[in-house]
Amino acid sequence: MEETMATSVKASKPRRAKRIQISSLIASVPMAVVAIGVFVVCVGYSVMLSFTKSRLFPNFKWVGFDQYERLWGTSRWLVSVENVFLYGVLFIALCLVSGFFMAVFLDQKVRFESGFRTLFLYPYAMSLVVTGLVWQWMMEPSLGIQNVVQRMGWESFEFAPLVSSEYAIYGVLIAAVWQSSGLVMALMLAGLRGIDGEIWKAARVDGIPTWKTYLFIVLPMMRPVMITSVVLLAVGVVRVYDLIVAQTGGGPGMATEMPAKFVIDYITVRSNVGLGMAAATMMLLPVLLVIGPWIYREYVRPTKH
Amino acid sequence: MEQIQLTGPQGPKPKKTTVSRFGVYAFLFSAAIFFCIPLYVMLVTSMKGMPEIRLGELFALPGDPNFSAWVKAWSEACTGVECNGIQAGFWNSVKITIPSVAISIILGSLNGYALSFWRFKGSNLLFGILLFGAFVPFQVVIFPLIIFLRETGLYGSLAGIILIHTIFGMPIMTLLFRNYFSSLPDELFKAARVDGANFWQIFLQIMMPLSIPVTVVAVILQTTGIWNDFLLGLIFAGRENLPMTVQLNNIVATTFGIREYNVNMAATILTALVPLAIYLLSGKYFVRGIAAGAVKG
Repeated sequence: MEETMATSVKASKPRRAKRIQISSLIASVPMAVVAIGVFVVCVGYSVMLSFTKSRLFPNFKWVGFDQYERLWGTSRWLVSVENVFLYGVLFIALCLVSGFFMAVFLDQKVRFESGFRTLFLYPYAMSLVVTGLVWQWMMEPSLGIQNVVQRMGWESFEFAPLVSSEYAIYGVLIAAVWQSSGLVMALMLAGLRGIDGEIWKAARVDGIPTWKTYLFIVLPMMRPVMITSVVLLAVGVVRVYDLIVAQTGGGPGMATEMPAKFVIDYITVRSNVGLGMAAATMMLLPVLLVIGPWIYREYVRPTKH
Repeated sequence: MEQIQLTGPQGPKPKKTTVSRFGVYAFLFSAAIFFCIPLYVMLVTSMKGMPEIRLGELFALPGDPNFSAWVKAWSEACTGVECNGIQAGFWNSVKITIPSVAISIILGSLNGYALSFWRFKGSNLLFGILLFGAFVPFQVVIFPLIIFLRETGLYGSLAGIILIHTIFGMPIMTLLFRNYFSSLPDELFKAARVDGANFWQIFLQIMMPLSIPVTVVAVILQTTGIWNDFLLGLIFAGRENLPMTVQLNNIVATTFGIREYNVNMAATILTALVPLAIYLLSGKYFVRGIAAGAVKG
């Protein structure tokens, strides 16, 4: 792999440049330390620990796949995985749909465009802890939204998802979509603005209705933006921790437990590092499979000119 | 780097029919209300007294608006054992954020510069690994890092949490600066080389002044990111240096008897204030920052 790497140099440098490259190498030491030391060695160490009996402290007694067997026999982990799938699919879908609609509607030469944009995006500037706490307060059964609507006369109105183990995950979902859909809106709006105006003229000349143009012409052209959005949102899904801790603490029961929280709980409070690292390795797997090839293709593989 | 242009709508010409125009505005206004409600509720709740909150009029304006809950949240609320309010967390966040932002930007710009103009054998592979780090869930590397910091005596210290933020900021900062420097004309670099400038001279005298716009983006991206961090602060900062987000969560979780929702909401607003101010003041740069965070080469 080393040889192919070197061929990607932007402009081939003469031999005498070699001496100066030492400065470059020195400047790159922190990068090398982080890349190798943290993202290779630490990841490798974590994965290795998942094959050991480590409890509170690392222990190098090799136990093969025992921790993984235990992990997949732990109901809390199974629930976490189920939760993250349900949450992830709905979160990504809702953010994409609402982000796309917001972008399309904002792109209709509306008044106050920048005002709307500011409003749609401000939650993204706030932390997930803040987001979780605000929504927890509004979803409080006796003082929150439910109470207000009931007092207005709609007695049977129910909106207190966080206290029900069946609906709590949707309560988290609302908060998450509120926080992140503005991001998708911003990306999609940039995508829409990047589309050649000629496309619109051509579509109009051909008499294609606006909605059809959006659906069959514009949307396919926005594929790169969609992929970027999905990658970003998906990374957020795998990592979801702060929001859960602030909004539900994983409850009621295990209703909103997530893999990211499972790992932290097992390496801190529950002092079962081996099992926690097995869970962490499972979290790494989808990231590795999706992001790995993409990074290799985009950035590592030499560009051919 | 992908430049985001937000000036001038490019969509189809608005139709004359007022019905569809009405639909557009109806959608936008209802969306705007959905996005506003939490902020509104936070604000009014923080300015109410507890008796008024118990009435359950979530959306009602405060009858006697006052900032006593804000004062309490800032200087008296209990964050666990201590009851000095969230101010300690605020200053901790400041102490964590400023050096972390500065160091990660310096290293990121240096890396980006080396990767754009001074590539060496294996530099692309190194960058690939680093970039991969931007996607690695923290959970996968946290435990080895805890051990490492414990061994070096940095665990639970200010230096430790700054180091951690620098590590996790490096992938995205490197990417940002690499993309920016690659967009600069090669001739600039070649001319400087012909004039005999070395690695550091070119970096300090040519590249740094040129990279002010991208640095602004980097500062915004890192400041909001580090300020909003919860997990890393919780684990690595140590009891003395807990950032504001962690203290906020502690205030809300600490319940002695009644829950003081007004104080909780005031503390929440105080915590959100810095990133919100950055967002409102920086406008386009913030959007550019998140687009850069979108890892688009």
